[in-house]
Amino acid sequence: MSLTKLLLIWPGSPVLSILIWIVVMVVLLYLARTPAHKAIHSLARVIHNGFRLMARSVMLAEQKLVQRNKEVLLNAGTESVERLIEREFHRVDAVVKRDLSGYPTLHRALSDHATKIDEDYRESSETPPAPPAWVGAVEAVANLPSQGDGTVATILTEIHKTTVSQYKTAMDEHRKSVAERHNLLKKMMPYWRRMAQTLEQVGKTITGLHERARVIDNRMTEYEEIREQTDKAARMLTASSLTQFFISGFVLCIAIGGAVINFNLIALPMSEMVGGGSYIGGFKTANVAALVIILVEVAMGIYLMESLRITRLFPIIGQMDDKMRTRMIWITFSILSVLACVEAALAFMRDQIAADMQALRQSLAAVEATGVAINSWIPTVGQMVMGFVLPFALTFVAIPLESFIQSSRTVLGVITTAILRWLAFFLRLLGNVSHYCGELLVNIYDLFIFPPLWVENLIRDKKHPTEIIVEEEVS
Amino acid sequence: MKKYLALILLLLPFLWGCPDTTSHSRGVYMLLDTSGTYKKELKRAEAIINYLLGTLQPGDSMAVARIDSGSFSEKDIVAKMTFDKRPSVANQQKRLFKQKIDDFVQTAKGSAYTDITGGVLQSVEFLNEAGAGQKYILIFSDLKEELVKGQIRNFPIQVDGCNVVALNVTKLRSDNVDPREYYKRVADWRARVEAGGGKWRIVNDLERLENIFEG
Repeated sequence: MSLTKLLLIWPGSPVLSILIWIVVMVVLLYLARTPAHKAIHSLARVIHNGFRLMARSVMLAEQKLVQRNKEVLLNAGTESVERLIEREFHRVDAVVKRDLSGYPTLHRALSDHATKIDEDYRESSETPPAPPAWVGAVEAVANLPSQGDGTVATILTEIHKTTVSQYKTAMDEHRKSVAERHNLLKKMMPYWRRMAQTLEQVGKTITGLHERARVIDNRMTEYEEIREQTDKAARMLTASSLTQFFISGFVLCIAIGGAVINFNLIALPMSEMVGGGSYIGGFKTANVAALVIILVEVAMGIYLMESLRITRLFPIIGQMDDKMRTRMIWITFSILSVLACVEAALAFMRDQIAADMQALRQSLAAVEATGVAINSWIPTVGQMVMGFVLPFALTFVAIPLESFIQSSRTVLGVITTAILRWLAFFLRLLGNVSHYCGELLVNIYDLFIFPPLWVENLIRDKKHPTEIIVEEEVS
Repeated sequence: MKKYLALILLLLPFLWGCPDTTSHSRGVYMLLDTSGTYKKELKRAEAIINYLLGTLQPGDSMAVARIDSGSFSEKDIVAKMTFDKRPSVANQQKRLFKQKIDDFVQTAKGSAYTDITGGVLQSVEFLNEAGAGQKYILIFSDLKEELVKGQIRNFPIQVDGCNVVALNVTKLRSDNVDPREYYKRVADWRARVEAGGGKWRIVNDLERLENIFEG
């Protein structure tokens, strides 16, 4: 007996059978209404609470990550500002050592100049000529009435002559002394100039120091803000990190381009050294060897930059004593130079192999070499120079690499935070959706059993009509 | 501990790469039909060989043999060489190979018989001995076998992992009368090769020689 026949209650009339089944189902659903509602609500609540709990956990993780990011960022910022302040202090120290160490000498020179000027000034001061003592006697004689006495007139004339000659002599002496004073004042001019220059130098040094002090002040303000862990400082550092991330990423892309060119330059001649037909894990040994050489160059470049204390990727290198560091600088530089020479030689060999292959292809194609080789040494020399220069250029990859690594921590943190925030939002949304889905299911359930519910309402209305009126008024 | 772990991680690709014993080299064995009118086609065959010499890499192997009355013999090999791993030495070897082929084309004599099966069997031996990763048997012939009386060649051939490429399969005068003969000849060879575990291909357009190494 098939299932269809079993379901066919009224043989020969499927519509009637379906109707009977619907009635039976509606009655059963009506009877199971309360527990079914409870079950749906429970399920919805479980899902809702589950999602909310998950969202809460994600939010907590996000907050922890934000806190951690902030700590990392502020630490990095503190370190960076400390480095800048240290550098500024070094500059101030250099200025003080260079310019102000000679201050005692300068002071002595200024004092000497001042003494000289003072002496000269004193010497140049004008002393008024003392009035001759006999001027009164002359005046008395001059006031004597002559009364036509020739002797008196003669005496007076003589006195006048003598006075005039004395006046001339006195004026000459005065002019002479004034000229001497002017000469002395003229001699003072170079001393004044020297003094002005010395003072100008001192002024410049002081101004430079003042500017440095202002920069240090700004850095210190920044440092204090970071130390206080303000949001403003965190925002500034985040923006700075993002900028660093993109700039260093761009520079790294350029460096990768350089490395690719370098690779192509040495991959072919490498096959002459390690063989062209051997493979390591699916890759040509020559290509792997070329790649290894480039990576070794990059590694040496990083060590060199670390030894020079330009980057701080390996603190152990930076903490070495100066003697050891200097040794390391020379060792890494020597290895880099050797590798650069090897690359230049490989570039030369590449040109030779390429020329040989070209000749072979021409002979195989039975084509005579046409045209004149124009300056065939130019590409050879160019390749050799590139082979020599690129390893040193790759050395500087360490600087953007450090910036990239440091800023990528912040960037990754920001991205992860955003993802977690969105995940929390999505989980909360799902929780709410599940809650309202439960409500919807309850309503749909009631929709299926609306005939018995309608009857139930009618009966209830007849039993308690006043309650409904009161409820309506309240609403 | 961390240092050792880092060292192991660093060496892992090399340790993983070392056991790779797969041969990446190519082995090419070219059979030249020198029977009857096909001797005139040797200039074309020379062009193909030159193309192959230009394409093959250091470490690859190549051999050229003629098809005559009894080709299952080393005597029929005109030139064979496994190119050195160093490109400069390989280039010298290629020049030498070319010289041998040029001499052969100049002095080749026509053969009355065409033992393609014997040549194929000889080529499988050579390619297996060369240890080539990719094996190619190139048959420069009209694919019509003409055997010496008494020779037995109607048995299945084993060409496992070999790419058998028929080049410049010209239509005979009789094919023009009844083209079904040509198609039957090609189909028979395809069936024999595929039954022997090989791959069959025909390249008649000699302007598209790069198709030889496709697939």
